[in-house]
Amino acid sequence: MVVKVISADHAVAWAVRLAKVEVIPAFPITPQTLIMELLAEFINDGELDAEFIAAESEHSVMSVAIGASVGGVRTFTASSSQGLALMHEMLYVPPQVRLPIVMVNVNRSLGAAAGIWLEHNDSMPERESGWLQCYVEDNQEALDMVLQAYRIAEDERVMLPLMVCLDGFVLSHTVERVEVPGQEEVDYFLPRFRPCVTLDPSEPQLINPIVPPDYAMEMRYQLDRAIDASRRVIAEVDELFGRTFGRRYGGLLQTYKMEDAEYALLSLGTVTTTARAVVDELRSRGEKAGLIKLRFMRPFPEKELKEVTKDLRSLGVFDRSLSMNGFGPVFTEVRGALSSSGIALSDHIGGLGGRDVTLEHIREIYSDIALGKAVQDGANWYGLRRRRK
Amino acid sequence: MREKEVEKLTIRDVPNKDYFIWGHGACPGCGVAIAVKNIMRILGPETIVYVPASCLVVFGAQYPFSSFDVPYFFSAFENTGAVISGIKAALRRKGKNALVVGLAGDGGTYDIGLQALSGAADRGEDVLYLCLDNEAYMNTGIQMSGATPFGAWTTTSPIGKKIKGKRRFKKDLDHIVAAHDPAYLATLSIAHFNDFVRKVERAKAIAGFRFLHVLTPCVPGWKYESSRTLEIARLAVETGMWTLFESYENESRVTYKPSVMQPVTEYLKLQGRFSNMTEEDVNTLQRWLCMKWWIHYKDQVEAPPCRMFEAERPLAHDGDPLHGV
Ligand SMILES: Cc1ncc(C[n+]2csc(CCOP(=O)(O)OP(=O)(O)O)c2C)c(N)n1
Ligand code: SF4
Repeated sequence: MVVKVISADHAVAWAVRLAKVEVIPAFPITPQTLIMELLAEFINDGELDAEFIAAESEHSVMSVAIGASVGGVRTFTASSSQGLALMHEMLYVPPQVRLPIVMVNVNRSLGAAAGIWLEHNDSMPERESGWLQCYVEDNQEALDMVLQAYRIAEDERVMLPLMVCLDGFVLSHTVERVEVPGQEEVDYFLPRFRPCVTLDPSEPQLINPIVPPDYAMEMRYQLDRAIDASRRVIAEVDELFGRTFGRRYGGLLQTYKMEDAEYALLSLGTVTTTARAVVDELRSRGEKAGLIKLRFMRPFPEKELKEVTKDLRSLGVFDRSLSMNGFGPVFTEVRGALSSSGIALSDHIGGLGGRDVTLEHIREIYSDIALGKAVQDGANWYGLRRRRK
Repeated sequence: MREKEVEKLTIRDVPNKDYFIWGHGACPGCGVAIAVKNIMRILGPETIVYVPASCLVVFGAQYPFSSFDVPYFFSAFENTGAVISGIKAALRRKGKNALVVGLAGDGGTYDIGLQALSGAADRGEDVLYLCLDNEAYMNTGIQMSGATPFGAWTTTSPIGKKIKGKRRFKKDLDHIVAAHDPAYLATLSIAHFNDFVRKVERAKAIAGFRFLHVLTPCVPGWKYESSRTLEIARLAVETGMWTLFESYENESRVTYKPSVMQPVTEYLKLQGRFSNMTEEDVNTLQRWLCMKWWIHYKDQVEAPPCRMFEAERPLAHDGDPLHGV
C-alpha cells in the first residue's frame, strides 16, 4: 500500500490498473477526462497491459465495451453527462446480456442551461437501464468502489454491469489523501474474470438474438431478480473488502448516528460529508439527528431503508437532481419504499447546475426536517436566489 | 492463402459446408440470404458474426434458433464498426485468432452506421466489414436510404404528383471508405461468382480493415419476381448500376468490365420500384451512369460509351446532382 494525494479521477485510474482491466474504450468529456488520460499514460508507459481504444463517440465506446465484454475480457470505461446520454441506447444491452462491464460516471449536468458542473441528473435516468448504480462520497471510496464493483459485477450470482458515480469537480478534480493498495492484496480480493458466455468459434453460441414474446418476459423477470440478488453480494463484497483492506462502506447504505435518531437526512455523494458535520453540531446540542448515506440507487435498498428508519419521526431526502414536476428522483424512490411507514417524508433539493451546497443549507434542511412536516406538493429548494418554501 | 492461388479460384473451389444453414426466414429469392450463405461458406468456422438491426437480424436468428453455425451477436443498429472492434480486441487479449465479421445493411452502413464504420476503418481494426446493400431500409418496410438509386420508389420516396421517387443519386460509399485507406476494399455481385469468391477469399486472407460491399437485390423492396434475383444482379453490372472493382496495396482496379454498356432501361424494366420513372428521369439516370462508366472504365474504353454523354460532357459538376452529368 502507498499513500498518494490524488483526485478521484486519478484514484479511479489507479483502481482500474490494479483490477488489471484488459480493454478500455474511451471518448473524452469533462470532467471524466482525467481518468482516461491517466489510463492512456499507464498503458503507453507499459505499466498497464491493456488495450486503449479511442472510439469515435460514446455510443461507440459502449458498443466496443460490449464487444470486448462479450468477447470475454474485463472491460472498463468512463463518461459523463452528454456522453452518458449518447450511450443511452447501448446501456440497455449489458444488463440483459449479463455483461459485467464497470463504468465510472463523473456526474455533470445534462442538456440545455448547459454547464460542466455537478448535478446527478445525467445518471439518475439510467437507473431504469438495468445497471447497478452506486454513488461515492470521497476519493478513497472512488478507488475502493471500482475494485468492489468488479467483484460484485463478476460474481456469478450477479453478472451485471455496474456504474460507479462520483461528483464532478468536487471529487473528480480535487486532490485528497488516498491509500492505493498493493497489487498482491488486490489480486487476492479480485480473482480473474471468468465469463459465463462468450463468443468463441470452438463453442459457437447465439448471444442476444431477437427474442419473440414467448421468451422475452421471462428474460426481463430474470434480470429483475438478478438485480435483487445482487443486494446480498454487495453486502458480502463490502465485508470481504473490509477484511482485506480495513475499510468498510456498509454495502447498500451507511448510517451515521441513527441508533437513537428521531429525524434524519438521506443523502448521496459528497453532500454526505457536509451533512455529517451538521449532525455532529446538532448532536453536540443534544438534538437526536441522524444521517443515512444512500450508496446504491440500484439495487434500491428498500428493505434496509425500512429497517434503519423504523424509529424515525421524520426523514428528509436530499436530491441533487430533479425529475421535472415537483420532486427529485431519490425522494420518489424513498417515498415509494416508505409509503406505509407513517414517517413524515420531505424532499430537499439543492446543488443543481454545480451550485455549492453549504453548511448553512444543510443546517436549514435539518431544521426543516426537525419540524416533521411531510411535503405534499413539491420539494423545498435550497440556495435558490429566491427561495420558494 | 497466397496471391496466385486466390487469383485462380472459381465457383468450384467454394466449400459446400454451410455456416448459414436452412431454416431462416428470408423472402424467397432474397439477395441478402444468397450473399450471406455463400460468404459464410467461404469464411468458414473460425468466424464470429455480428449483425446489426436489419432484415438479416430478423431472418437469421430468433431465440432460441439460429441459422448461423458460428458464434453470433447482435446489439443495435448503428454500431457494427464499434462492436466488431471490441470483439476483436477481446480475442487479441485472449490470444485467439478468429475472423470477426460485421454483416450490416446499407442503412446500417451508409447512414446511421457511417460514424462507427469510419471509426473502425480509421483505427485500422483487424476486422471484416460487410455491407449487404439492398438499397433501402427493408426491415422497417422499404424506406429510402443513402444507397437508394435515383428515381426509385420507396415508402419515403413515393411517386407523388409533384415529386416522383428518390431525387438524389446513390451515395458513393466506396469512395468514403477508400478515403480511410483500408487494407482491402471490394465490391461484389452475387451474379459474378468467380469474382465474388476471389474477393471474399482475399478479404479473409488479408489482415487489417477490410470492407466488402455486395449488391443484394430485394424481392419486395425492388418489386420483381423472386426467380429473377441473379438476373437483376447481373444486369446491374452490365448497365453500370453496379461496378466491380477492388482496391488494395495502394492500387485500385476494375475486376470485371462488361463488354458493352447495356441501356439502363434493361435493368429498370424488371423492377416495379422504377416503373413510374419519367422519360426525363430515365435519361438523367442514364447520363449519370455514362459519366460513372467513363470514370470507372476510362483506361479501358476509348470513346465515351454513350452519345448522350458525349454531347454533354463539357459541363462541370457543380454539386447539384442534376447538373453536370
Ligand atoms: C437507432 C435505431 N433507429 C432505428 C431502428 C429501426 N431499424 C431497424 S432495422 C432498420 C432498417 C435496416 O435497414 P438496412 O440497414 O438497410 O438493412 P436491411 O433491413 O435493408 O437489410 C431500421 C431503420 C433501430 N433499430 N435503431
Ligand atoms: S425484405 Fe428484402 S432483404 Fe429483407 S428478407 Fe425479404 S428479400 Fe431479403
